[in-house]
Amino acid sequence: MSDLNKKNRKNGGFIGNPPIPTPATSSGIEIPKVLTPENDENALLPGQYPFTRGVFEDGYRGRLWTFRQYSGFGSAEDTNKRFRWLLDQGQTGLSVALDLPTQCGYDPSNPVATPEVGKVGVSISNLSEMELLFDGIDLSKISTSFTINGTAAIIYAMYLACADKLGVPRAKLTGTIQNDILKEYVARGTWIFPVKPSMRLTSDVLMFANQQSPRFNAISVAGAHVRDAGSTAVEELGYTLANGLAYVEELKQRGGDIELLAQRLSFFFYVHMDFFEEICKFRAARRLWAKLLKTRYGITNEKSLRLRFGVVCGGSSLVAPQPQNNIVRVAVETMSAVLGGAQSIFTCAYDEAFQIPTERSAEIALRTQQIIAFESGISKTVDPLGGSYFVEDLTDKMEQETLEVIDELDEYGGVIKAIEEGYIQSKIANRALERKKKIDSGETVVVGQNWFRRENQKNEHGETFSLDPETANRVTEKYHALKASRDDQAVTQSLEKLEAAAITDTENVMPLLVDCCHAYATVEEMVNTLTKVWGEFQEPLGL
Amino acid sequence: MLKNKRILVAKPGLDGHDSGAKVIALALRDAGADVIYTGLRKTPDFIARIAIDEDVDAVGLSILSGSHVALLQQTRDSLREMGAEDMVIFVGGTIPPQDVETLKQGGAAAVFTSDMTIEDTIDEVASILK
Repeated sequence: MSDLNKKNRKNGGFIGNPPIPTPATSSGIEIPKVLTPENDENALLPGQYPFTRGVFEDGYRGRLWTFRQYSGFGSAEDTNKRFRWLLDQGQTGLSVALDLPTQCGYDPSNPVATPEVGKVGVSISNLSEMELLFDGIDLSKISTSFTINGTAAIIYAMYLACADKLGVPRAKLTGTIQNDILKEYVARGTWIFPVKPSMRLTSDVLMFANQQSPRFNAISVAGAHVRDAGSTAVEELGYTLANGLAYVEELKQRGGDIELLAQRLSFFFYVHMDFFEEICKFRAARRLWAKLLKTRYGITNEKSLRLRFGVVCGGSSLVAPQPQNNIVRVAVETMSAVLGGAQSIFTCAYDEAFQIPTERSAEIALRTQQIIAFESGISKTVDPLGGSYFVEDLTDKMEQETLEVIDELDEYGGVIKAIEEGYIQSKIANRALERKKKIDSGETVVVGQNWFRRENQKNEHGETFSLDPETANRVTEKYHALKASRDDQAVTQSLEKLEAAAITDTENVMPLLVDCCHAYATVEEMVNTLTKVWGEFQEPLGL
Repeated sequence: MLKNKRILVAKPGLDGHDSGAKVIALALRDAGADVIYTGLRKTPDFIARIAIDEDVDAVGLSILSGSHVALLQQTRDSLREMGAEDMVIFVGGTIPPQDVETLKQGGAAAVFTSDMTIEDTIDEVASILK
């Protein structure tokens, strides 16, 4: 136990993160690691198939979840500064928010990109920007997550190139790229290529990553955005597990090692305000995924059957009216995530419903996790709600209903067909309308918005975040300078090789993308090379 | 309520959040309007062209990426260049309160945010298009 001597102090408090809470109550009663029904030695334990009670025997007693705040705006230098500040505040993993041009494959000089440069994330158009982004941060020690999908292969290649340049062995890299293109077609919208070549690209990333950076999660199948776009918790889980199975299937068809893939496959979910439903969603997710992999693919290696997931607390459950109430919502949601056994948590800032968080609001969001981790004590025993009549019953029901959603998609002809024909998209849009109507009618209570409004309630958002209006110009200037200084011949050659590999359906494009990044080819150049071969996705427009 | 009105619901810029646009499109249709939805990532020129070719009564721009001021401006410029400067434009999305007035001065007939009810939104659209 550290003590408050001067050596360990900074700003009058301790440095770094406190130790994991000791397993005892405040009155000194010892808290057992896990409890099962009396005299029932065989009752299911955490860490045992099908993992309803958790994928790890020790829960959070060995290691707490990762505090991972999604962050990024403006230029690489701006975001590097925010990253260093967050690490200084006790954050334990990085999560990079990229701007829309980077996510959709446009360089900052493209007129389509100009209004969006650095707006919802940081602009990273080539390797030189990524070098600035991680300046002074040890990539062998800190795990980094990228919310990137349409251009995931490119950003991952760039991360490897960045590690190469910094002398960090690829095998030491830890973190995640989202790389979940299926839900982009359904809900998030940063698709580029049609579904089939996108699935091939995803497989290329997975196979290359298994070999090059085995500790890095090369996919994080995400339900979060589907949920935020309107689906229910059951649909969120159903669509996400169905997408997960589609990736396993694609890899199997391409001769990949699915047992190995499953070990590096992670998930990402939303946490909304229905406290017990969210907890049971996570318990049901672990159980159902393990069963699906075992029954459909014959996987028995327990390491491959463990569903690990990160969550985001906030999103569309946060509202602009009376925004400080959002702090309470995020706290409740974080408790759901912890009681559900999440491996990493991102807590939204209270002002995230209407702007990029300020440093102050971002701090409160991180402190919310720290209070739950180090003060509340809810992580001291593993799966404390296990055995609750209600929780077990709801877990069973959610598992059953989720399976029905998956079966329905199978009957339709699979997720790929359902996406290409706009079936899932249309279901989600109609669900979103239902959700909105329930809020409008007052049936769903949103405190401060549709109930309990103050007399003459005005918007009172407090401190506002404003992005330096010169950011886009600065980023574009740097971009032109890079293009003027690089070896154009090396760029052209690397892009030609990429194109040749893309034309074959079998050669893995990843090594070539890494070469393109080393040559300082830009994101748009790489995307255009691939679009030339693969074309673009045609969005179904039926409502 | 919006019978015989034609409305284009558009997603300019690169923002992929289309839930709000689709909810509004469905609600406008329920209110009797003829609704055209552009799909994601359309340029202001494309949106203006469709608005004119389809002879719509109004264009609704849905923007959640923070680029609403620039994208409204560009869409108005495109419409003006194509001879449709009088086109009614609505803006909806994640709009910080301090930007609402800027958008109105920039030519938005109304600005809608997610905390408004569908009923209020439709009423306002109907009263402007009367």
